[in-house]
Amino acid sequence: MKLDLKVDLSVNLAGIALRNPVMTASGTFGYGEEFVDYVDLLSIGAFITKGLSLRPRAGNPTPRIVETPGGMLNAIGLQNVGIEAFIARKVPFLRKVNTPAIANFFGDTVDEYAEMARRLDAIPEVAGLEMNISCPNVKQGGIVFGADPACAASVVAACRAVTKKPLIVKLSPNVTDIVGMAHACEDAGADSLSLINTLVGMAIDLNKRRPVLANITGGFSGPAIKPIALRMVWQVAKAVKIPIVGIGGIMNATDALEFILAGATAVQVGTASFINPGAAQKIAEDMAAWLVANGVADVKSLIGALET
Amino acid sequence: MQFTSMILSNVEISPGYFRMRLTAPPEFSAARAGQFVMVRVSAAIDPLLRRPLAIFDVGVHKPPQSGSQAQPFFEMLYRVVGKGTAMLSVLHETDLLDMLGPLGSGFRLGSINEEKLIVGGGIGLAPLYLLARELVAQGSPVRLFAGGRTRDDILCTTEFERLGVECYTATEDGSLGEQGFVTVALNRRLDLLKGRATLYACGPDGMLAAVAKIAAERNIPCQVSLEGYMACGVGACLGCVAPGRGHSEETPDFRCVCTEGPVFEAADLLWGAHA
Repeated sequence: MKLDLKVDLSVNLAGIALRNPVMTASGTFGYGEEFVDYVDLLSIGAFITKGLSLRPRAGNPTPRIVETPGGMLNAIGLQNVGIEAFIARKVPFLRKVNTPAIANFFGDTVDEYAEMARRLDAIPEVAGLEMNISCPNVKQGGIVFGADPACAASVVAACRAVTKKPLIVKLSPNVTDIVGMAHACEDAGADSLSLINTLVGMAIDLNKRRPVLANITGGFSGPAIKPIALRMVWQVAKAVKIPIVGIGGIMNATDALEFILAGATAVQVGTASFINPGAAQKIAEDMAAWLVANGVADVKSLIGALET
Repeated sequence: MQFTSMILSNVEISPGYFRMRLTAPPEFSAARAGQFVMVRVSAAIDPLLRRPLAIFDVGVHKPPQSGSQAQPFFEMLYRVVGKGTAMLSVLHETDLLDMLGPLGSGFRLGSINEEKLIVGGGIGLAPLYLLARELVAQGSPVRLFAGGRTRDDILCTTEFERLGVECYTATEDGSLGEQGFVTVALNRRLDLLKGRATLYACGPDGMLAAVAKIAAERNIPCQVSLEGYMACGVGACLGCVAPGRGHSEETPDFRCVCTEGPVFEAADLLWGAHA
C-alpha cells in the first residue's frame, strides 16, 4: 500500500519534522547507506546512526550475539568508525537523502560527551542528536551516566550548553526509577527522551558451562521486551512535558501504534530490521493503512490517547 | 533481494545433514560461489533471527514436457545443530520460506592453469561445490580434500567426482579414507606441485587455521570462507566480525563476515585469534 492516503502521519519531534513517526534505532541500521537496497529512506520518518565516539572503537570480542526465545542478546561494545571517519565517509551520503538523520553518540567522560555534541552540532546534515547514556555493554560510555540521575543531569547539561540542535536522551531500563531519570534529563535541558535501550541479560551454554557471549552479559532486545518498554514509555510520558520516542520490540504497525497510545510521539524500530531489513518501511505503510481502516485522520490524535 | 522460495525437496543425505532444493527468482542465477542466504525458518518470533546458510548450487530445471516453464532453483546443505535447523529439517515439498540473498562476497577464481585445491571440513563443504563447478567450468584442474570426524561427516563427494574433481578423504576415526586430518593429504599434494597452487577452505576454525598456516609457510594464495553469529547479514548488527591482519585494541580492524566476507584472503585475517 502506498502512503498517498488521506491521513496525516506527520509528527514534530522536538523541532525535527518527521513525515511519519517511524524511525530506525541506533545500531540496527548502520549509517543508513547499508539499507538502501531494502528500504526507501523517503518512506520512514528518520534514521538514527550507529553510536559515534570521538575515536574509533574496536568493540568487544566475539561471540557478540546470541538468540533467545522472542529476542536476542548483543554485546557489540559500541564498535564505530569515530567522528572523523563519520564526517569524511558517512556524512556525504546523508547529504543526498531527504530524510532526517539523527546522530547517536556517547563518550567516556562528561567532557567527551560535550565535545561530541559540539562536533555534531557543526554538521548541517545532522538533524538532531541522540545521547546514549545507557549502553549496557561497555564500562564507560553510558551506563555510568544512565543509572544515576545526578550524573545524567550533569552530562545532559554539558551537551545542552554546546548544541542548539534537538537533543534526545536515550534512557536505560536498567534503573530502579525510570521516571526520576526522565525528570533529571528534562530538567537538564533534554528536548526529548527515547526509551528503552536494551535490558541487561545473559545466556549460558550448559554443555560448555560457559556464558555464550564473550562479554558474559549483553543487551536484550526484540519482541520479548515490548511489555516492559510499553510500561516505561507510559510512566515517563505521563511525568514529563517533552516528547517521547518509544523503543522496544516493535515488530509491526500494531506494536508501533500501541507505543503512540502509551504516549510516544514517534517510535524506533530496532531488532525487526535485522529480521526484515525493510521492516521500518512496512510498519510506516501498515500504520497508514490502520489509520485509514479505523477512520483516524491524524496520527497525532493518538499520542497518549490511551484510555485507562 | 528478499523473496519467497518454495521447497522442492529436503533430504537427509547423511545422519544429521540435509540437502534442500528451493525455487529461486531468475535474478538468483547470478549468485556466485561463496555467497549465502539468510533463511527465515518460521514466521513466528521463535526462532527470531534468520539463519545464514551457504549456497550449495544454483541451476535451472527445464522440464521435458513441451510448454512447461523453466524453473530456476538453488540448493542449500545444512547440518542440524539447533532449534532453527531442526525446524528446517522437518519442512516438506511445497512449504514456503522467506529468503534474503544472495549475500556477501564470493570466491575469486584466480588464474586458469594453476591447480585449485579445495579443503572442506564437515558442513564446511556447503559453499565449495559451486566453487568446484565454476573452477572446472573455467578449465582449472581441481582437487577436493574432504575431512570429518567420521564417515557421516563426509558429504557429497560423488557430486564432486561427477564434475571430474579428484577427491581425497580423511576421517579422525578412520571410518572413511585416511585416518587423521585431511591436511596431511593436502601437504603431500603441495609437495608434488612444488608451490604452484591456490587453496580454498571452509570448515571448523581449527582446520581453517591449519590450512592458512600451510598457505603462509608455502607462500601460496589461500581463500577461506568464515562462519559468524550474525543477526542481519547486511552489515548492520556487527555481530559477525572477524579480526583483520592489523587488528589490535589501539588500531581496530574488524571485518564484517557478512558483507566484507564470508570469503577472505587468509593472509588478510589475524589467525592468532582463531587458532
